[in-house]
Amino acid sequence: MLQAENLSKFYQMGDNEVRALDGASFTINEGEMVAIMGPSGSGKSTLMSIIGCLDAPTGGKYLLDGVAVENLDESQLAEVRGRKIGFVFQQFNLLARTSALENVMLPLTYAGFAGKEREDRAFKALERVGLGGRTHHAPNELSGGQQQRVAIARALVNEPAILLADEPTGALDSKTGVEIMELFQSLHRENGQTVILVTHDAHVARHTNRIIKLSDGKIVSDEVNANPIKAGAPRVEE
Amino acid sequence: MLFSENIKIAFRALRANKMRSVLTILGIVIGVATVVALLSIGEGATASITSQIESGGSNLLSITPGKMQMGGMSGPSLQPSYLYYKDYQLLERGLKDSVSKMAPTYQFSYTLKNGSESFDASVVGVVEDHADVRSFTITEGRFINDSDNKSQALVAVLGNTTASDLFGTLSPVGKTISVNGLKFEVIGVLEYKGSSLGSPDENVFVPIETGYNKLFGEIALHNGKRMVSNILISVKDADTMDTISAQVEYVLRRSHELSPSDESDFNVMSQADTLETLNAVTETLTIFLGAVAGISLLVGGIGIMNIMLVSVTERTKEIGLRKAVGATKNQILTQFLIETVTLSLLGGLVGILLGVSIALFFSVTGMITSVITAKAILLSFSFALVIGVSFGLYPAMRAASLHPMVALRYE
Repeated sequence: MLQAENLSKFYQMGDNEVRALDGASFTINEGEMVAIMGPSGSGKSTLMSIIGCLDAPTGGKYLLDGVAVENLDESQLAEVRGRKIGFVFQQFNLLARTSALENVMLPLTYAGFAGKEREDRAFKALERVGLGGRTHHAPNELSGGQQQRVAIARALVNEPAILLADEPTGALDSKTGVEIMELFQSLHRENGQTVILVTHDAHVARHTNRIIKLSDGKIVSDEVNANPIKAGAPRVEE
Repeated sequence: MLFSENIKIAFRALRANKMRSVLTILGIVIGVATVVALLSIGEGATASITSQIESGGSNLLSITPGKMQMGGMSGPSLQPSYLYYKDYQLLERGLKDSVSKMAPTYQFSYTLKNGSESFDASVVGVVEDHADVRSFTITEGRFINDSDNKSQALVAVLGNTTASDLFGTLSPVGKTISVNGLKFEVIGVLEYKGSSLGSPDENVFVPIETGYNKLFGEIALHNGKRMVSNILISVKDADTMDTISAQVEYVLRRSHELSPSDESDFNVMSQADTLETLNAVTETLTIFLGAVAGISLLVGGIGIMNIMLVSVTERTKEIGLRKAVGATKNQILTQFLIETVTLSLLGGLVGILLGVSIALFFSVTGMITSVITAKAILLSFSFALVIGVSFGLYPAMRAASLHPMVALRYE
């Protein structure tokens, strides 16, 4: 459960006030799969950082699982990020020269897990994304799609309230992109995982059940997508 | 999060950039090695000077002309001061019972010649007791005795180096050398003592009476009185050193007709005084050299800081990611601080090994016998640690205070 009320992020750039986010209000319920869509400069990245507790809003209220995030200090924010949010990035952001298993163990380490339990959980997460057989491969020994799967496993491993993916297929070829979208849809369908996709790509957005469109820092539409594309179906151009 | 996790992370980061890590710690390695080697060699030098002075004769008091200066060192005084042969005779009469041996010397530099070999050396006029007072060992022949002095014999005893310089590997005993044009028969050679203070190795010893009457001439006279360069006294019992030293003072002040307000125009130095003075000198030198080495440690520290700042910039994205998956500011700070401390401790360990090796190398090759002390090792190791922490703090703080969003976006 995520409630945003009149969220805004203003900052000063020279003499101009930049309104990266200007009064966004919405609620995302548990188990929803939502796309936040908009062109670059629309404020979607700013909104993602605030939702992901990477950045604080300059105005408005943000409740994550009932916790008022805008009141938290830095180390509390770190804890919220570690436990409630699973990030997936366009560039995967895996640690180089570090095995898939150890990459996935990273959030567990910061959450205080150690030893056998940490390893078991990481292994299960890798199995869930279909990489049970490649746990000891370093990122440079894995394909782009496999690397993104490791990143998704890393995002899932702390059983977060929200899986927050920022252009997750942006660095992948279309075939691999489809596979990753299939994985997100199956996580949503089979595990009831709340998924928020941030993207500029309308086609990617139409894989979700609800599309929030942003422009110039404001929400311009928030609509249910009754017929989401099932990943793997042929792409239809609008 | 466990501390051991942090150490693992640090080691992984350092292993990932092996070449860079090695180059980074080089500064610390060199600094620590220099500190350890210098302190060990300095300690060794002090020990060897101490043993050399102690081997120079037991319970030795040395009386030299000159006013006592601050700090116990004799230095130039406004008026030249002199010790006379008469002073020696007075002392001998006055202290006969409490001292075991007393030996006056007069020395001056002359040209020595044997065939084509010719060089300047210090020629020392001595009495028979001189050899005992200074614990000389004769390797060949005999030392100068009382009858040589009585008869003013033209005989000479050579220091070891002088003997080999003049005669090479041949035995000098029974041969003739020329001192300032005067022929002397060599009657003995001293054992090699090594380069210690007042080493006899490069000297030539002649009977003091021969010296006054046939060699030194006018040079050794002041107002018609025979001068001496110094008077050495070997005391029977070390406990009486202070008493005898006071008696010497009393006799000489009276002989020199000094009023109670006058400063003494001579020094009475015991072995302990000499040791103290010399140790103060070597200690100052050791501290000075150690400080120079410390500066190289400081430079090493700056090198580490530089590399860590580069590393933080390079790993901005990694830091952003770690923060995104739940790392707190403190955890990032600790991670980078441990990396720097690990680097400097590794540098410290390698440096200690290297420094000890250098010190041992000096010992094995016989240049200087070094003494490796725990103090030197602990000092340089803790200095390396302090440098690691203090120079690591700033880069670590920079890493910890990165904004997660900005760090993730960093290209």
